[in-house]
Amino acid sequence: MINEIISMNGYGAYVWSAFSFTLIGFTSLYFVIKLQLSKEQKRFVAKFGSLNVEKAKVARLQNINREILLNTSKI
Amino acid sequence: MFKSFEPNKIFAITSKAPKYVLFLFIVVLTIGLTEALVLSPEDYKQSDAVRIMYVHVPAAWISLGIFSSLALLSVGSFIFKNKNFALIAKSLAPSGFVFNIIALVTGSIWGKPTWGTWWVWDARITSMLILVLFYGMYLLAWRIYENKEQVIKITSMIAILGSINVPIIKYSVDWWNTLHQPPSINVLSNNSIHTSMLIPLGIMTVAFALFSLLIFLMKYNTELIKIKNKGLDRL
Repeated sequence: MINEIISMNGYGAYVWSAFSFTLIGFTSLYFVIKLQLSKEQKRFVAKFGSLNVEKAKVARLQNINREILLNTSKI
Repeated sequence: MFKSFEPNKIFAITSKAPKYVLFLFIVVLTIGLTEALVLSPEDYKQSDAVRIMYVHVPAAWISLGIFSSLALLSVGSFIFKNKNFALIAKSLAPSGFVFNIIALVTGSIWGKPTWGTWWVWDARITSMLILVLFYGMYLLAWRIYENKEQVIKITSMIAILGSINVPIIKYSVDWWNTLHQPPSINVLSNNSIHTSMLIPLGIMTVAFALFSLLIFLMKYNTELIKIKNKGLDRL
């Protein structure tokens, strides 16, 4: 059974390389985008941390800024 | 008119959704892979080589669908002067580009055992190659140009121009004599594909669509945080 799945009637090399290429493509894209996201989140937190009390208060008024901080705290 | 398209409102959803979409994607992909590699029957002519269809066809469909969406969103951003359309299009493009490459590479791998060659310059394959070039130009333009107004105009033009290629890809197998087979699935008439193959193909298409949704959500969040980072600089 296992041998049949691996050999695929002699087409195993083609089938498995096509599926492997697809999964490698998926994984690479996922990690590239995840890296970009966490980089921007870290930049946001660093910038927010450097704001003075007044500016931080103004920034916190925006829902989206609060949401970013909330999500970043879970990382 | 497009108040529900406001980034502030969308972010509340897009920031929470990726983890659920990722979970759903893994579940559907696992079922799809089991169906595609183990449970689905082999073809009477192509034998097990037919299984490449389960990654090749969904990748091609989704890359075409995403490029059509880029063109529609670009037209939308021109007509309604809504920059968020451009942001949505920018976030969709990376997965479309990767799906297009997957379709070309897996098609090439499938071509070797069925046609005896890795590559032929036939209408379907060449037009898919042209589409990947349009995707490349679109993504490159976002990286090259700094001026926001300029980059939206240029990328929109690329998407609208590239969309001319989409019907050419679709009908290339009908208009010209190609090595590529005609479509096996037709919405308006009977399918020439058996249900035992149609079901895994459908499941894999759902899995691929979920993956592109996941990438879109993550990329869109990245772009919004980038904008907010610039906003903090201006405070």
